[in-house]
Amino acid sequence: MRVNWELRGNRLFLYLSGELDHHAAHQALVEVSAALDEHMPLHCVLDMSGLTFMDSSGIAVVLGTYRRLKSYGGELVVARAPNHAAKLLTMAGVDRIVPIGAVVQK
Amino acid sequence: MNIINEMKLEFLSRSANEALARSAVSQFAAQLDPTLEELGDIKTSVSEAVTNAVVHAYPDKLGQVLLRARILEGGILEVTVRDKGVGIEDIGQARSPLYTTGGEERSGMGFTIMESFMDTLRVRSAPGRGTTVAMRKRVMPRLLR
Ligand SMILES: Nc1ncnc2c1ncn2[C@@H]1O[C@H](COP(=O)(O)OP(=O)(O)OP(=O)(O)O)[C@@H](O)[C@H]1O
Ligand SMILES: [Mg+2]
Repeated sequence: MRVNWELRGNRLFLYLSGELDHHAAHQALVEVSAALDEHMPLHCVLDMSGLTFMDSSGIAVVLGTYRRLKSYGGELVVARAPNHAAKLLTMAGVDRIVPIGAVVQK
Repeated sequence: MNIINEMKLEFLSRSANEALARSAVSQFAAQLDPTLEELGDIKTSVSEAVTNAVVHAYPDKLGQVLLRARILEGGILEVTVRDKGVGIEDIGQARSPLYTTGGEERSGMGFTIMESFMDTLRVRSAPGRGTTVAMRKRVMPRLLR
């Protein structure tokens, strides 16, 4: 599991790659939170295109990211989620609070 | 139902073993020639069951997790995950979507995901004695797809 980030203007791109399971989730959220706390972006794009596996632990990572942004008025979108990940997020109703798979503006 | 093949894996409830468990079952299931989507559903379901044993069954200690995979007549994969942990008081409540005792790090979707990705899910549990989760999925032969 890797978390990379890139700041473009006031938009923070977070790139998740590898296998996002329970074993990886805690560290992933620690790294995501560190990047958010450092930049406090108003817009954050969680790019999931590099994920090769995700289970329910990934749902909690997306919700944790959403809550952290919301605490200071920031907004989250999930981009390029693999079908499998999108299916899980939708099943949990996350798509009702976070747009899933929105086209990334370059 | 006739058992065509069987494998067992026993490990400590360390989170590092979650990936081991799902890839072992995934390789075992490969003999049924599943599609990538079916394989993904199987891996996710195994991950959910094993993660529950790691997270909930043994909250503040390490314990034994037993995984058994079988191939049954008719192209059916059966996976059983057993622990000897704290058990579940109310299985109906535990299986309902979004119910969790795990706080913010969990989403309460594990059982719902297993139910939706596999054909059948059975849960047996006794408080203080442990939990057994058994799930089955029929993998369609390529010729019939
Ligand atoms: N093996 C187990 N031993 C003890 N309790 C369990 C076990 N498996 C599940 N539970 C109980 O059932 C609840 C629901 O499980 P489920 O997998 O659906 O959600 P979760 O594990 O809480 O969250 P998620 O799976 O989305 O990360 C758990 O919160 C826990 O209380
Ligand atoms: Mg679970």
